[in-house]
Amino acid sequence: MEHLGNAIVQGVLTGGLYAMFAIGLALIFGIMRLVNIAHGDLIVLAAYVALIVTQTLGLNPLLALGIVIPIMAVVGYGLQRGLFNRAMGTDVMPSLLVSFGLSVIIQNGLLMLFSADNKRLQAGALEVASVTLSDTISIGLLPSLQLVLAILVIIGLQFLLYRTAIGRAFRAVSDDPRIAQLMGLNNRHVFGLAMALSCAIVALAGVLLAIRANFDPATGPTRLIFGFEAVIIGGLTSFWGTLAGGIILGVVQSVASSFDPGWQILAGHIAFLIVLAVRPNGLFGRVA
Amino acid sequence: MKTSEMPAFAATTPLSRRDALRTAALGLTALTAAGYVGRAVAASPIRIGFVSPQTGPIAAFGSADEFVVNEIRKTIGDGITINGTKYPIEILVRDSQSNPSRAAEVAAELITKDKANLMVASSTSDTTNPVSDQCELNGVPCITTDTPWEAWFFGRGGEPAKGFDWTYHFFWGGAQVVQTFTGLWNSIETNKVVGTLWSNDPDGVALSDAQKGLPPAFTKAGYKIVDTGLFTPLSNDFSAQIAKLKAAQAEIVTGVFLPPDFATFWAQCGQQGYRPKAATVAKALLFPSSIEALGDRGAGLSSEEWWSPDHPFKSGLTGQSAAELCDTFSKATGKQWVQPIGFKHAVLEVALDFSSAPKRSRIPSRSWTRSRRPTINRSSVR
Repeated sequence: MEHLGNAIVQGVLTGGLYAMFAIGLALIFGIMRLVNIAHGDLIVLAAYVALIVTQTLGLNPLLALGIVIPIMAVVGYGLQRGLFNRAMGTDVMPSLLVSFGLSVIIQNGLLMLFSADNKRLQAGALEVASVTLSDTISIGLLPSLQLVLAILVIIGLQFLLYRTAIGRAFRAVSDDPRIAQLMGLNNRHVFGLAMALSCAIVALAGVLLAIRANFDPATGPTRLIFGFEAVIIGGLTSFWGTLAGGIILGVVQSVASSFDPGWQILAGHIAFLIVLAVRPNGLFGRVA
Repeated sequence: MKTSEMPAFAATTPLSRRDALRTAALGLTALTAAGYVGRAVAASPIRIGFVSPQTGPIAAFGSADEFVVNEIRKTIGDGITINGTKYPIEILVRDSQSNPSRAAEVAAELITKDKANLMVASSTSDTTNPVSDQCELNGVPCITTDTPWEAWFFGRGGEPAKGFDWTYHFFWGGAQVVQTFTGLWNSIETNKVVGTLWSNDPDGVALSDAQKGLPPAFTKAGYKIVDTGLFTPLSNDFSAQIAKLKAAQAEIVTGVFLPPDFATFWAQCGQQGYRPKAATVAKALLFPSSIEALGDRGAGLSSEEWWSPDHPFKSGLTGQSAAELCDTFSKATGKQWVQPIGFKHAVLEVALDFSSAPKRSRIPSRSWTRSRRPTINRSSVR
């Protein structure tokens, strides 16, 4: 029984990681109906930016966030204004294809620049620090930090969306881009800000991933798939749903793996398919 | 016991290179193509395709490639003489990116486009197996090394009675790993409970095999196995396995990992408060760079060692001893020696011997393979 307890605790913590991957995706999809296939690669890009920053300045990876987040936000704004905005419209396909192309470009660009070698951000004692609750349950500090940050990001986003002017603008362009434009909003700029925000979250996810595990230019898609699944389980546009989706995925994987490690990944995918079959709108999705 | 107090030594149990080579008998049944390579192409150059992982999760295995190949090129100079004719040698180096599909792709390209006369592949089954399969398929002789022979032979569906026609392999196997690992563990006080984790790739599958792999041999050596099974490479989470090892009070942990997986696993071990007395892991910990990536927590880990400056062998090509080879490497690259130097050098030596029958070599692989060459007639290599 205690084992199951540990599996659930560790699963919840892994869920924090998945949620962190997923929040940026959900944000972009919610505001501009853009399915960003390059999201995972942007996470890896952020990890490499962090690698350069930590190596050249000798900073702790968490402090380096102060530099990586603004860089990625600028990259995000630039990508949206220079690339995605040109493909936006009533049809979601063109922008999806653009993001697919971007994914390929980022992966191969990183491959050329950094080779396929594995890299990792060193965060010293934080990597293995933990709190022991009982004989079988220890909670790692880093995974907990990840979960807490994911929750803080969601709280921050909720506040931003529902309490601020820019949040109102985000919701307005999401609800009806034409009317929003008539009301004097510059949709292109608003979309750009949304992507900047998404990429800022991506930077956080990337740095945390890079402390937790090794990464290479091809890491993005394998990590992204869990983010996608979390978003869909959670219901596409709900941030809390996304967190719940990530946690469900993490717990299912971890519990299955406590029976047989071979089932870990498979069980997560099966849980995702079941949710998709039973509730196509996700667990917390608004029914259209 | 803290990890830092764990005995920090590498394998010293008798796993000599000769033993290792001897066990690799299975694949190496017919090194016949020797003279034919030269004859078939007359005075045009002999092309040797060289596939190895130079980038990707196991890039460390290929870190000595450039050095070794350059040294061999220097030694060969403008070619080797076979029956009075001088043949230039071209070594075509390709990167498998640690990826089996990529390995197959570059092998096929080397065979069909570059018209390689002979193929050489090394370093883990993800590279050696697909390259060997391509060669078997296309009827090109291929010599591989630096993959446990079971993973190479059984991983490719080999049948001991039949063997393969075109592909040959030399390296150690599971029996030597067991000998070495248990030799290490016997030197410290433990409860003899061994937790195992296996990467779900041909190396992990072959070595975890319940009949032919390591587990039955560990049991025979008096150790109790707690098997956590195969895990998907590049996993995010090993907490289930760690919980199982903790519950079973495994004081020793072993298995097959890719370097990044071991990094994730070992960090989680730290978080979960699991501190085995010995962690002896195949594949992931063979290189200074893999240990450096683990920071302070890399100290006290152990791994198999199959080549070192102290191995008492000389190159049949250059006459250099193992120590001299390592010195040259350190001078040329500014890096510490790595184990693949010896085997990459040896595999190219075998390849060159293969191409030039009259040229004698004293490297162990040489005399050994020669004595086992059966007399099969084949009219042409390609």
